[in-house]
Amino acid sequence: MTRRDFFKHTLKGLGGIVLAQGLGEIFRPVAGQASLKPVRWVFLVDTYKCIGCGFCVKACKLENEIPFEANVSRTWVERYVVTKERKVFADTPKEARNGFTTGKVDLGMGRYRDIKNNEIEKAFFVPKLCNQCDKPPCVQVCPVGATYKTGDGITLVDREWCIGCGYCIMACPYGMRFIHPVIHVAEKCNFCYHRITQGKKPACVLACPVSARRIGNLKDAVDPVSKVILTQRVETHKGEYGTKPQVYYIGLSVEVR
Amino acid sequence: MHVFRPLIVVLALAGTILIVRNFIVPSDFGVHESGYMYGWYRKSNEGEWKAVKVKYQGKEYCQDCHAESDQQVRSSRHNLIECENCHGPALEHPSNPAKLAIDRGRELCLRCHTHLAYPTSKRSEISGIDAESHNPGGDCVGCHNPHQASKPH
Ligand code: HEC
Ligand code: HEC
Ligand code: HEC
Ligand code: HEC
Repeated sequence: MTRRDFFKHTLKGLGGIVLAQGLGEIFRPVAGQASLKPVRWVFLVDTYKCIGCGFCVKACKLENEIPFEANVSRTWVERYVVTKERKVFADTPKEARNGFTTGKVDLGMGRYRDIKNNEIEKAFFVPKLCNQCDKPPCVQVCPVGATYKTGDGITLVDREWCIGCGYCIMACPYGMRFIHPVIHVAEKCNFCYHRITQGKKPACVLACPVSARRIGNLKDAVDPVSKVILTQRVETHKGEYGTKPQVYYIGLSVEVR
Repeated sequence: MHVFRPLIVVLALAGTILIVRNFIVPSDFGVHESGYMYGWYRKSNEGEWKAVKVKYQGKEYCQDCHAESDQQVRSSRHNLIECENCHGPALEHPSNPAKLAIDRGRELCLRCHTHLAYPTSKRSEISGIDAESHNPGGDCVGCHNPHQASKPH
């Protein structure tokens, strides 16, 4: 073998190995890695049942150590009041961490609107939380691999890797993400991952007195929540974005943004 | 030769970057269950999230020590409300904190009892009051037992 041939072959061989490794990283077969009991966490919100007490927001903030008085939250509750003249008023005073204790709708900038009972056509509360999308745009845009989807469908943020650039906050069509006021990295609802992986309910589900919030496993055929999702008329939020959101709503209305 | 020199510099640079990267990036950083697009991350971070401390314990946690309160709430129309909604998260109570908070403020009760006549919402079905006219200034629990959801006799 000449020296030239030797170099040629080693180069080819090395190139092949590097390429194969790179491809393996992109197209790694996922079969065989699946856990024994398949899990896909999903959420079910019933807007007819919600009474707007805001205990879910309070529990979420305390359980997940989001400073209580800071105006950011992993979950919040919105109120929609639609008048007979088809005017829509919506508010979420302090993310509803103290509930809705007045009929006056907060219009912002210190203005309030008192709507008379006989003017109201429909009015209801809508709890909002991370949709744990099947196709999360917030994960796609992360430049450092600090946010990701787990095998059981939850989108998490790696606080050590996050550089706080805020791309994910822009990418989320639901406005679910924010910068943690103390840690200064991206923060979001994760269905209380530490609780659900121990067989406990998320804090908001535990706190909800009227079962307006429920969690379930879509891969479990006898799970009562997946039964509702599969057999009843449920709706997801902003499906047109193609994010495949996994928080299902009963009684979602066209006014809800 | 003058063409190859810069090439060597570039190659050396790329080599150093690769070596440094090897030290900085942890070994469990890679592609996991959700594939390259959504599952490219540091695996041990999952464990870090699972290790977050549970703070809300649920009412089953209270019943042995506070049997009386538990019995009162259980047999009342407030039985749907978690104790910790009114008393705050238990954490490791009673070792830490030794006592849970008692909130006697009106705001706590008004979360549910401010009358909001909202059609298509269960809120309108809870017996509600107008906070401005229903005994303003007085603590609700001065007249009503919060555990028994009772009207004053
Ligand atoms: C292992 C027993 C134990 C458990 C479990 C327990 N507690 Fe307590 N709790 C105590 C003791 C002991 C005190 C202190 C009583 C005192 O000093 O008067 C206390 C005090 C309190 C107080 C303050 C009472 C006061 O008079 O100031 C509240 C409220 C309370 N507990 C609520 C709860 C709730 C809600 C739970 C369930 C989430 C709970 N406790 C679980 C033992 C327990
Ligand atoms: C609707 C809110 C609410 C709920 C739900 C609630 N509490 Fe209370 N609790 C109060 C208030 C308010 C007081 C203070 C009562 C007073 O000062 O008259 C109190 C007092 C107490 C006390 C002090 C001793 C006493 O009886 O006065 C204990 C212990 C206690 N609660 C435990 C519990 C436990 C255990 C549960 C769940 C089974 C529970 N509470 C559910 C609001 C609530
Ligand atoms: C999570 C919501 C919630 C909170 C907070 C709450 N309640 Fe209630 N309360 C209810 C529900 C639900 C009922 C029973 C159904 C109904 O009244 O229609 C009820 C019933 C009552 C009743 C009986 C009403 C009647 O018509 O006989 C009284 C009195 C009462 N609550 C007082 C209080 C007081 C005092 C507090 C604060 C310590 C409080 N509630 C906090 C939800 C709540
Ligand atoms: C000075 C005593 C007093 C105070 C303070 C007080 N109430 Fe009452 N409340 C009463 C009496 C008496 C009744 C029964 C008479 C009635 O139905 O109006 C009543 C009735 C109620 C009812 C039942 C209403 C219905 O339509 O059946 C609710 C709910 C209630 N109160 C909640 C509250 C809440 C919440 C607070 C605090 C924000 C509060 N009360 C403060 C004395 C009081």
